[in-house]
Amino acid sequence: MSKHLNTAANRQPQAKWKRVALACAVAVGTFASGVASAWEPTKSVEFVVPAGTGGGADQMARFIQGVITKNNLMKQSMVVVNKSGGAGAEGFLDVKGSNKDPHKIIITLSNLFTTPLATGVPFNWKDLTPVQMLALDQFIFWVNADTPYKTAKEYVDAVKAAGPNKMKMGGTGSKQEDQIITVAIEKQTGAKFTYIPYKGGGEVAVQLVGKHVDSTVNNPIEAVEQWRAGKLRPLCVFDDKKMPYTAKVASNMSWGDIPTCASQGVSVDYQMLRGIFMPPGVTKEQVKFYVDLFKKVRETPDWKEFMEKGAFDTTALTGEDYVNWVTREEQRHQALMAEAGFLAKK
Amino acid sequence: MEEISSLMHGFAVALTPMNIGLMMIGILLGVLIGVLPGLGGANGVAILLPLTFAMGSTPAGQVSAIILLSCIYWGALFGGAITSILFNIPGEPWSVATTFDGYPMSQKGKAGEALTAAFTSSFVGAFIAVLMITFLAPMVARFALRFGPPEFFSVYLLTFCSFVGMTKSPPFKTLAAMMLGFALAAVGLDTVTGQLRLTFGFTELLKGFDFLIAVIGLFGIGEILLTIEEGLNFKGTEGKMRMKVVLETWKELPKYWKTSLRSSAIGCWMGITPGGATPASFMGYGVAKKLSPNGANFGKGEIEGVVAPETAAHAAGTAALLPMLTLGIPGSPTAAVLLGGLLIWGLQPGPLLFEEKKDFVWGLIASMYLGNVVGLIVVLTTVPLFAAILRVPFSIIAPVILVICAIGAFTVHQSMFDVWLMIIFGIIGYVFKKLDYPMAPMVLAIVLGDRAEDAFRQSMLASQGSLAVFFSNGLVGSITALALLMLFWAPLSATIARLRR
Repeated sequence: MSKHLNTAANRQPQAKWKRVALACAVAVGTFASGVASAWEPTKSVEFVVPAGTGGGADQMARFIQGVITKNNLMKQSMVVVNKSGGAGAEGFLDVKGSNKDPHKIIITLSNLFTTPLATGVPFNWKDLTPVQMLALDQFIFWVNADTPYKTAKEYVDAVKAAGPNKMKMGGTGSKQEDQIITVAIEKQTGAKFTYIPYKGGGEVAVQLVGKHVDSTVNNPIEAVEQWRAGKLRPLCVFDDKKMPYTAKVASNMSWGDIPTCASQGVSVDYQMLRGIFMPPGVTKEQVKFYVDLFKKVRETPDWKEFMEKGAFDTTALTGEDYVNWVTREEQRHQALMAEAGFLAKK
Repeated sequence: MEEISSLMHGFAVALTPMNIGLMMIGILLGVLIGVLPGLGGANGVAILLPLTFAMGSTPAGQVSAIILLSCIYWGALFGGAITSILFNIPGEPWSVATTFDGYPMSQKGKAGEALTAAFTSSFVGAFIAVLMITFLAPMVARFALRFGPPEFFSVYLLTFCSFVGMTKSPPFKTLAAMMLGFALAAVGLDTVTGQLRLTFGFTELLKGFDFLIAVIGLFGIGEILLTIEEGLNFKGTEGKMRMKVVLETWKELPKYWKTSLRSSAIGCWMGITPGGATPASFMGYGVAKKLSPNGANFGKGEIEGVVAPETAAHAAGTAALLPMLTLGIPGSPTAAVLLGGLLIWGLQPGPLLFEEKKDFVWGLIASMYLGNVVGLIVVLTTVPLFAAILRVPFSIIAPVILVICAIGAFTVHQSMFDVWLMIIFGIIGYVFKKLDYPMAPMVLAIVLGDRAEDAFRQSMLASQGSLAVFFSNGLVGSITALALLMLFWAPLSATIARLRR
């Protein structure tokens, strides 16, 4: 999951850069689709998920598998395999060790960056072949709907008033994206939470409904059903702009009606990468096959519906742009985690 | 009553010839998956999930798709008992407790009775759990929300405590086996600190010790080593081959209605909270052993010792679907894969599913009734067939079992390392048996150790280190108190008995 956590200073150029990148991706895609693929899988493709069943990455991988099967986008079948051991290290090491195997792809979470940094397990995204960014997953600041807090500012003030470590923030895993965002909120506002790590995002949302924690930074898709049922309330989105979706979701609000956290005095910006990588040593033609495949996936109405339901940022980069993006994110995670004291002791 | 009319509507949705056909196919596949150790229900459903993508595009197709997948799940729940009883090799994690009395029964030539009892109790457990889902779903969903880390820990504590004294081994041997299990469970990533523990730099150890590998090795390989030592004659005498066995066993089963009800309640509860089928089966067995008048005979081939864990496991397996549907949190790994299926078919599980997709939800619930009836009929007809396997000479069947175990161990993570690990666990199992150390506490600790530790440390984080959190409200307080009562049951009851005299 790679998210951005930008400060106010560099937010503007970032947005503009994203637009340019998108234009490039579209141009490359249009050109590519005119040429027949030279390489095709000759046996079933293993789609590695470096996380457990039922989580965000797993849902997306199985959804993609479904779209490909339903629309006959590939002659060979696709098999989803969960390798969640060691915060995903098991999956990444498996792909890293499958040199030149074109029948294996992996979907990433922010653990692409956080796991090697926090645990010292020897892998890096540079050990893999980047294929493409599928989307960016948003993070939203949630509280229980029974609480009186209507804005992020009211809630953060309440956390400060309660005193350090009194209010509980629930999140997925330790030293991963949710805790990184929590630390960023603390640094930015001076509030101090007790962070409680759980195994999965769905569990975290339910713990907030049951009032066992006071707030979460769940991804939209993890908490949307509880929001629709009137159990949770979104305070703000950790992005530099509002989300583009205007269809009403719950309590007469759309995703687009949720204000940005920066506008409420919590200047934290972070998204998580949902991207595809391949083992090292694969050929350009092989990468191109998957880029084209995912292009077709992203054009289906099913995919568009999925993106809207989960309120994803649909930025999709390939090639050089993708590499640059990942490089920058890695540096940002290095800095964020160093600041939070999350780096593995050497 | 509104539920009854909704349910009738559900039957109308589910009862088509095609759906009944899918149920049969699903159950048969599931039984096969359940029989093969390693290839668990979750794996089986995941492998077959892509088949249903095309089906899920219409509302009627969604019902058919979930019927196929859920019937695979019921089949796996039924099938797990078969190898436990025949060969002392649990096909599924939740059948470990079934081996305690099921295998001794088959050694006494009562394999048919044991299988019938196991299948029938599975059915009873599932039936009671579906009744609960039908009539109490909204209430139960609210109850599940009350479970935070302290509540979870108290439930795990209760499981461990109801287990202590369950085996005939000396308490210190039980304790030693349990501690070894905890140590193995600690290997891998620690959720609370995000650090790797006890991996010593081996990347194979990153994912920790999988419970399935341990079970296949300890029970399966260990048993074969032991049998070989005892001289190649297979201990199981030939099972009775007639269907009459089924009817005779049925006459006997109503005697154990108390145990069935108790185990169903335990199972429903563990399925919802979500502890899952495996702890439910252990707890069901432990509680029955303590409270049943036949308790002292448990472990020697008591039919009640098969009834108790099987009822609880199947009730829990069924009840686990409820939190998945109403909260979107899966109560078991298989439920997690089903959850993925729902999302792909365009159904979002959550509090609103019951209101917005009535056809689907009630069709599914109706299919639970039908699927379990179909399942019971299918598996009961196979009883003579499976019992007949015991007539095959050991020198032929042992290599087959070995191969199946190895394939099973490999399937869990597609890793050759796991096959070696299985053999090591097999040797440990053999040594344990020779030295009379109980294996069950170790298995239980491997399954629940990790989760219990997470829940404990989450509680400590939230309470700033105060143990009072385990008595902080009525719910957690009463579970913790019950756990402590269970732990000290033996000395307490002895004291009371002495005072009476």
